[in-house]
Amino acid sequence: MPIYFLKRVLYVIPIALAVSFFCFSLVHLSPGDPMDAVVSPDAPSEVVAMVQRAYGFDRPLPEQYGRWVLRAVQGDLGLSAANGRAVTAEVFSALKNTLLLAFAASLIGFTLGCVFGTLAGYFQGSLLDRLVTGIAVGGVSVPHYWLGMLLVIIFSVELNWLPSSGAGPGSSSDWNVEWAYLRHLILPAVTLSVIPMGVVTRTVRAMVADILAHEFVEALRAKGLAERQVFRHVVKNVAPTALAVMGLQLGYLLGGSILVETVFSWPGTGLLLNNAIFQRDLPILQGTILVLALFFVMLNLIVDLAQARLDPRIQRG
Amino acid sequence: MSLAAATSDPAAASQPPLVEISDLTVHFRTPTRQVHAVNGVDLSLERGEVLTILGESGSGKSVTLRTLMRLLPERRSQISGRVSVDGQDVLAMSQRQLTRFRGRTASMIFQEPMLAFDPVYTIGEQIAETVCRHEGVSRREGLARALELFELVRIPSAQRRLANYPHELSGGMSQRAMIALALSCRPKLLLADEPTTALDATVQIQILLLLRDLQRELGMSVIFVTHDMGVANEISDRIAVMYAGRIVESGRVEELIGAPQHPYTQGLMASRASGAQRGQRLEAIPGAPPDLAELPQGCAFAPRCPQASDECLAAVPAARGLSDIHWAACCRLPA
Ligand SMILES: Nc1ncnc2c1ncn2[C@@H]1O[C@H](COP(=O)(O)OP(=O)(O)O)[C@@H](O)[C@H]1O
Ligand code: SF4
Ligand SMILES: [Mg+2]
Repeated sequence: MPIYFLKRVLYVIPIALAVSFFCFSLVHLSPGDPMDAVVSPDAPSEVVAMVQRAYGFDRPLPEQYGRWVLRAVQGDLGLSAANGRAVTAEVFSALKNTLLLAFAASLIGFTLGCVFGTLAGYFQGSLLDRLVTGIAVGGVSVPHYWLGMLLVIIFSVELNWLPSSGAGPGSSSDWNVEWAYLRHLILPAVTLSVIPMGVVTRTVRAMVADILAHEFVEALRAKGLAERQVFRHVVKNVAPTALAVMGLQLGYLLGGSILVETVFSWPGTGLLLNNAIFQRDLPILQGTILVLALFFVMLNLIVDLAQARLDPRIQRG
Repeated sequence: MSLAAATSDPAAASQPPLVEISDLTVHFRTPTRQVHAVNGVDLSLERGEVLTILGESGSGKSVTLRTLMRLLPERRSQISGRVSVDGQDVLAMSQRQLTRFRGRTASMIFQEPMLAFDPVYTIGEQIAETVCRHEGVSRREGLARALELFELVRIPSAQRRLANYPHELSGGMSQRAMIALALSCRPKLLLADEPTTALDATVQIQILLLLRDLQRELGMSVIFVTHDMGVANEISDRIAVMYAGRIVESGRVEELIGAPQHPYTQGLMASRASGAQRGQRLEAIPGAPPDLAELPQGCAFAPRCPQASDECLAAVPAARGLSDIHWAACCRLPA
């Protein structure tokens, strides 16, 4: 077992390097000169040269990459081209908000998904099953921005119960578990939760129905277990797959919240990326994507390790 | 070994039978049709006796066994008749009573031992769980019992095997473990549904011998299901031959194998490879069992029976006694 774990952990290093290389290349793959965003096109050539040197754009590419990675490892992702602030600080303060939103959305989506999926799996073919499956399909297919705007119209504009934008009073770093902040979280979290809800419902439903059809479930009943104890066995069998799907969904939520964050002006990485794209702020773009991608890699690692721990059939050599 | 005899042989004669099934019918409702899986079965089993239900696949053997433990899906099955085990009315039990009955009064071993264990728990845990459930002992005591049981069913390096997951055991080893699990709470009745069918020939014999030894050692009553006459001959005191959801012939092994009376039983005997002489052609029963959704009138074997006549189609033939125990349901036999 430890060898598998060690191998899996070491495996992260080449992946992380590949990810960083991709992020670095972004600057050079994107159309236009990265300098355009920093200095105006009619600036004198000495100024351009000076700024180029400051950003290191005058060095050969491999050297630029090496320096960039070295600094990134030390937590320095450079300066924003738009406002000169440290990219690391910008990204992490946005990441905190995105994580908050993603966790809130997964809490809603995963809980409902597990409950719905289990019920539908146990009562396969029943009216309840068809209802739940309908909800799940709806959840997966409804467009985020459409649902977001619908919720805003109902709960903000018409009923005036919940705010339609922002993360709460003051700067986002003051966030607190208080109604003043929570009320801002509700609409974006609900909007973001419908896809994971749908995906988890469908996965759990399929898994539960599949496990219940296994002969060992009859054998568990035949040895006198109460239905509640049989359920415990079902849960332990479904858990590895369900957990893997939820881990991936959490990952998608981190990247997939761009639309929701834009609709609700939620100050997270999605909004940051959106703004960076319009302002051609490449250091921010680079830094945000790098951090999100590394987060995704770590999440995958955790899911794999958890799965290997939960399912004895996954090779433990 | 502390597992000895839930019942003792000498007293058996005076006690009522352990299992009494009368006029059992089981129908399954499917969206399009109604499957008549069991159609009026009467069976009884004495304490300490081994009865084999013998028949081709699809004749309702497994359904009969599952009915004895009420394991059939409640919503889709219709059961009528009477089933009594150890004086308890199985069909009238509440869910609570059922969970106490299953695994304790009666327990079951399955055809595919590899599929009968939960893949994500160790074998030891799964046996301990049963013991804890029925006897309220601690997990540690449950595991200690599991170890005793593994020694009883002759699993080598028992301690180490307990920590194995199902996929780490061979087929024969899993079946031994399944037997250990089934015996863990000293059941009075053991139901064995083709426990050797999925195993290699050499392993089959070992498991069969083990079951026979354990049955004698513990004085258990066993209902054994198989489609293999050789296996039935090896293990049983009595055989009941099942066809299309009915028992068509029943008797002591010597009687039934020595002088089968029902044309179906005779056909089964004739089709046994080992019964055939060298150079003699193997005579299988031509045709296939009837569709259980559309049972023919009268004797269900008539379409395949070489001796069938109009009389056979009139009504389901009644049982004709041939000795105190041996009987067959065929209208060719003297009433
Ligand atoms: N749960 C079920 N639902 C519908 N039909 C069933 C079910 N279980 C068994 N049957 C049908 O009952 C008949 C008898 O099956 P079974 O008792 O398993 O035969 P066997 O003698 O081979 O053990 C078969 O036709 C089978 O298709
Ligand atoms: S009753 Fe008729 S058809 Fe049925 S087994 Fe006897 S002879 Fe054959
Ligand atoms: Mg069967």
